[in-house]
Amino acid sequence: MNPDKIDTSREAAGAEAPQGGTAPATAGSPGGEQPASPPAPAKRQVELRGLSAYYGDHQAVKHVGLYFAATDVTAIIGPSGCGKSTMVRCVNRMHEEIPGARAEGEVLLDGGDLYGPDVDVVAVRRAVGMVFQKPNPFPTMSIFDNVASGLRFTGTARGEVDDRVRKALSEAGLWEEVKDRLGKPGLGLSGGQQQRLCIARALAVDPEVLLMDEPCSALDPVATLRIEELIGELKQRVTIVIVTHNMQQAARVADTTAFMLGGELVEVAPTDKVFTNPDDERTEQYVTGKFG
Amino acid sequence: MESASLPSPLPPVSARRRRADRLARSLLWTATGVAIVPLVLIVFYILSKGLGALSLEFFTTDPTGNFFGDQGGVKSAILGTIEIVGFAALVAVPLGVAVALYLTEYGGNGRLARSVRFFVDVMTGVPSIVFGLFIYLTLVLGGFGGSSFAGWKGSAALALLMLPIVTRSAEVVLQLVPNSLREAALALGAPRWKVTARVVLPSAASGIVTGSLLAIARAAGETAPLLFTATIVKATTFDLNEPMNSLPAQIFQDLKQPNDELVQRAWGAAVTLVAMILIVTLIAKLIQRRSRVQGAP
Amino acid sequence: MRVGLTAVSAAILVLLAYFFVKLTIEAKPVFERFGVFGFVFDNNWDVSKGIYGALPLVVGTLVTAALALLIGVPVAVSVALFLTELCPRRLRGSLTVVVDLLAAVPSVVYGLWAFFFLIPKLKPAEQWFADAFHFIPFVATGNVAGPNYFIAGLILAIMILPIVSAISREVLSTVPPDQKEAALALGATRWEMIRMSMLPYARRGIVGGSMLGLGRAIGETIAVTIVIGDNPILGHSIFDQGYTLAAVIANEFNEAASDPIHRAALIGAGLVLFVLTLLVNSIARLMVLRSERQGAQPTVAAAGEGL
Repeated sequence: MNPDKIDTSREAAGAEAPQGGTAPATAGSPGGEQPASPPAPAKRQVELRGLSAYYGDHQAVKHVGLYFAATDVTAIIGPSGCGKSTMVRCVNRMHEEIPGARAEGEVLLDGGDLYGPDVDVVAVRRAVGMVFQKPNPFPTMSIFDNVASGLRFTGTARGEVDDRVRKALSEAGLWEEVKDRLGKPGLGLSGGQQQRLCIARALAVDPEVLLMDEPCSALDPVATLRIEELIGELKQRVTIVIVTHNMQQAARVADTTAFMLGGELVEVAPTDKVFTNPDDERTEQYVTGKFG
Repeated sequence: MESASLPSPLPPVSARRRRADRLARSLLWTATGVAIVPLVLIVFYILSKGLGALSLEFFTTDPTGNFFGDQGGVKSAILGTIEIVGFAALVAVPLGVAVALYLTEYGGNGRLARSVRFFVDVMTGVPSIVFGLFIYLTLVLGGFGGSSFAGWKGSAALALLMLPIVTRSAEVVLQLVPNSLREAALALGAPRWKVTARVVLPSAASGIVTGSLLAIARAAGETAPLLFTATIVKATTFDLNEPMNSLPAQIFQDLKQPNDELVQRAWGAAVTLVAMILIVTLIAKLIQRRSRVQGAP
Repeated sequence: MRVGLTAVSAAILVLLAYFFVKLTIEAKPVFERFGVFGFVFDNNWDVSKGIYGALPLVVGTLVTAALALLIGVPVAVSVALFLTELCPRRLRGSLTVVVDLLAAVPSVVYGLWAFFFLIPKLKPAEQWFADAFHFIPFVATGNVAGPNYFIAGLILAIMILPIVSAISREVLSTVPPDQKEAALALGATRWEMIRMSMLPYARRGIVGGSMLGLGRAIGETIAVTIVIGDNPILGHSIFDQGYTLAAVIANEFNEAASDPIHRAALIGAGLVLFVLTLLVNSIARLMVLRSERQGAQPTVAAAGEGL
């Protein structure tokens, strides 16, 4: 599952997930479902079925059906408050950490429902990693310890920890820059480096999916570009879902783009189509900047 | 296609981790239970032992000092506590607020302010008996004011105890008053002292009252500083320049007596004292909660 | 107004300095007789013979305070963790109030309750422990005394619980949520998250709070003197009777009124006590201050007063 050489080419879909994950566009189906039946459950494929999320009585995500294909990058765009972060947080079940919050519906990873009755939340989060908006390395730990932190829970052997830290930092494009100062505090890095550190930390536990919640919004343009390159490199290894309010970023990085509004999924289609010829009028208004 | 029937692709969570998590959680629950038990026991115990001692006579007669026969009540102790603590508050609250005002309004971060702040903080840790010792050495030994032991000297020791509490709580509350308020008043041409007196203080008033009440509750329960400043006497007196009784001192004296009735009187006095302190504490918390609800600092 | 307030504040500093000087002067006679080290470290406090070596008192103070920390701090931090992380929301307010109410009980009432309830109730258990674990140093003893070091340490633990818990609670509640989220998102159990992102962050503040509790335990007089047995002989086990610096002052003061050396000795004990608490509290405040600079709110320090 982890090829040593990461193929940056978009065309090489590898032996995994047969389809490229292109679903026909929809014209505002009620409740926002991706109409075409998704491909048969495959490795690293995530499917949301009738997902709704609540904060107390307030419904922030309304019955969303969506799937994220394995070797694709899917971007979720929409104005502030449309529920995109909330929806994504339901995938790794972080949403329920908020007091009074709950989710309904199904989230399938490789066909198994993450909200199933016997599922341990801890296991879900190990398989579905997350990178947050503001880089949040652990302040009391060194760079090495930060990346290794997820591995410590399972009592991984020392030698293996070293290997995996090194691999994760390479995959995050940070190895060369920090290999001589692994013992230094994680906070000593620049913003962009810290975010790549967080990506490495998430990758070290070998997740199948990586959720990125506006990962570049706190970073400068150069660091942003660096991370966008990284996303392209990583997508063969993990299914990537990126929430972004920056439409140009979605256009640069994503194969599929989903547009949300008021908690509903309005449209999901290959990125080109969403930005040049969307089916739904609301989508067109959003991407041409008429609101949001 | 089915969803729930496929084997889970998720990595297993080791049983050891689950056990550790469960163990830790139950330990935390247990610790909280353990922490609450003493309070429950104490309240229950002093009520069961002390309520029986309460009677009209208990509240209206002074201790007679008799070992056998009529031992009397604790009137002088109750009144003494009110007088001594009241006088201490009269001194400590204005002084404490004054120091707090200095620190927030005028001192800023200068060297004097920083030293005062540090030492006031340190003062909160000085044992109350040491304060009693201070007062004993400076006021009692020399027979200052024409008497050796006196109620007001006990007040002085308690005031020393209360001062840092009042100062620190006042400082916290004063700092919460938004600067924009001060600036607006100053911009209107009001002199600094007026701004402080008419704008800042009223805004922080409820917080200051809360802190003072808590300091009072603390002082009312202290025994050690009174042992050699106001000492323990029998008769009720309203003369602060005389030795004066107090509830904690009375309890302390009675509890080790090998006479059940005296011990029972100690329990009754304990109930009274705890009730007084609880009332003051609860009033303070109520004011605090009410001012929070209203959005004031 | 400025001048007045400044004068008052400066006066406080002067007052403290004056008290320190006065204590030292009044204690001088005993230091002259026995030397500073002699006074503090000689193991012989014999009032009848006029010999004043305060070691049993110093040891008693330190032992009871150590017991108080050993028992009290883990419970206090656990309670703080519980209230911040595990407690159901609707219970949180009332449980917090209950824990804080422990601070409202006057120390003489603690002493009263410990004397009549704890001592008799715990004696059998203490005896069993002493017999079963006699191989542990400082535990073995023939007959467990009623009042002893252990009971004093236990009651002190209860008395410092509210202050250590309140400060720990404040510090723990200021752990940035994104730290906690980072740990959870990696697949940590709740306990693992606490260990990884909360405790290291809050460590300095918790230690500072514990030291404040230590200062309180060192200086506590009345509850201790009621339950420690007031025996100026250095015990061999935690279940022996003992004495502390604060207790000796409270107990012997009246009889010392007429004996200048005795009185100076008690004042000397007070001086040692004063210096000890000054030291402990200065360090504690510095630690709490540093944890404040880490980003906690200024109310952390005030939390110790139950505000």
